[in-house]
Amino acid sequence: MSQPRFATGQRVRIADRTPPIHHRVPAYAKGHIGTIERICGIHGQPEKFIRGDGVPRERLYRVSISQTDLWPAYRGTNIDRLDIEIFEHWLEPAE
Amino acid sequence: MGGFEAGPVNQNEKDTAYWEWQIDAMIRLALDKGLITDFAELRDGIEQLEPQDYERFTYFERWAKSLAYCLLSKGIVTQALLDAKISEIRERQARDGLR
Amino acid sequence: MSDHHEHDHARTFQPDHPEPTSDAALVGVALRELLMEGGHYTVEEEQAMIARMQGASPENGATLVVRAWTDVDFKERLLANGAETIKEMGFDLLPTEFTVLENTQTIHNVIVCTLCSCYPRALLGMSPAWYKSKNYRSRVVREPRAVLEEFGVDLSDDVEVRVHDSTAELRYMVLPQRPSGSDGWSDEKLMAIVTRNSLIGTQRDLNV
Repeated sequence: MSQPRFATGQRVRIADRTPPIHHRVPAYAKGHIGTIERICGIHGQPEKFIRGDGVPRERLYRVSISQTDLWPAYRGTNIDRLDIEIFEHWLEPAE
Repeated sequence: MGGFEAGPVNQNEKDTAYWEWQIDAMIRLALDKGLITDFAELRDGIEQLEPQDYERFTYFERWAKSLAYCLLSKGIVTQALLDAKISEIRERQARDGLR
Repeated sequence: MSDHHEHDHARTFQPDHPEPTSDAALVGVALRELLMEGGHYTVEEEQAMIARMQGASPENGATLVVRAWTDVDFKERLLANGAETIKEMGFDLLPTEFTVLENTQTIHNVIVCTLCSCYPRALLGMSPAWYKSKNYRSRVVREPRAVLEEFGVDLSDDVEVRVHDSTAELRYMVLPQRPSGSDGWSDEKLMAIVTRNSLIGTQRDLNV
């Protein structure tokens, strides 16, 4: 398997798109920028799987997003964060 | 639904009925036996539910409908057989005074 | 911020649909009978599976917590590689991916699955109804402090709240802080104070 495209600590943007099949990216996180918190190994990737391409495996990351970035009216402090698992093809470098 | 407006969280505990454990076991056995190959299929099945059904159904009702969707699309069961079996169960329940 | 008002969490216990009568439930019952008639699985296999699933309970999670509190080396391994580390514990069911999130004086973790209701069944058993509810899944990502307050968790502004949305393969469990005043306690006594909600993150302070 190829090297991870992103490194821990790197800033990434979660793609803002809606494929017409099951995918594991909740709407609230789409288009937002976060930081790679950790690289989680290679896993079966559900979108390709459901299209009948077998179970293609892809690298998974944990992305950490600041809550005040996610929700304009966030009631909390700017240290609060949300961590979410995102497959590699949903991520692009943010800077 | 993450991030949607919603009311307070109802913290009441609910017992899991035996038929719900049976659905739970059926899902796991369907995976073990290769009737479905990945959990992603079931999640896709859940997303085939109409939004109002998703809201209306309980947790195990959703899994039941999702597994039905998966097995019907694979031809492992047919709609005719499923409908006939449902009628049979309804009659049985009527005799037992459940409905 | 720290009014320690007493929250009485004695909840009413609702027996929910003892018999399947809704249309959707009947689809499940019918499917089960068809699969059994088709020879796909037997009643014995079903009963064995149900027994295994019922055998997993928050006690499994509590066992991990107590060992982590009392064995620094184990705790380090558990936090670094959860799935690998718990293999030695002899649990019947094991998650393939497992991440333990440590609460500290300045960090509070809470778990949700907004897309379905992923839950570390092998370590915590059947998830509570509220974990699967629309209200919890909708709100805890956006207003975790308000939701935690409903559960009786009072957080000061200098505590960082980390919400973990289990969107893909990882399963999470929170490692609550060992309460002061529990020095020298036996493992058994420590086990008894670890609650299911503290392993999900909807409880912070354990009652000594």
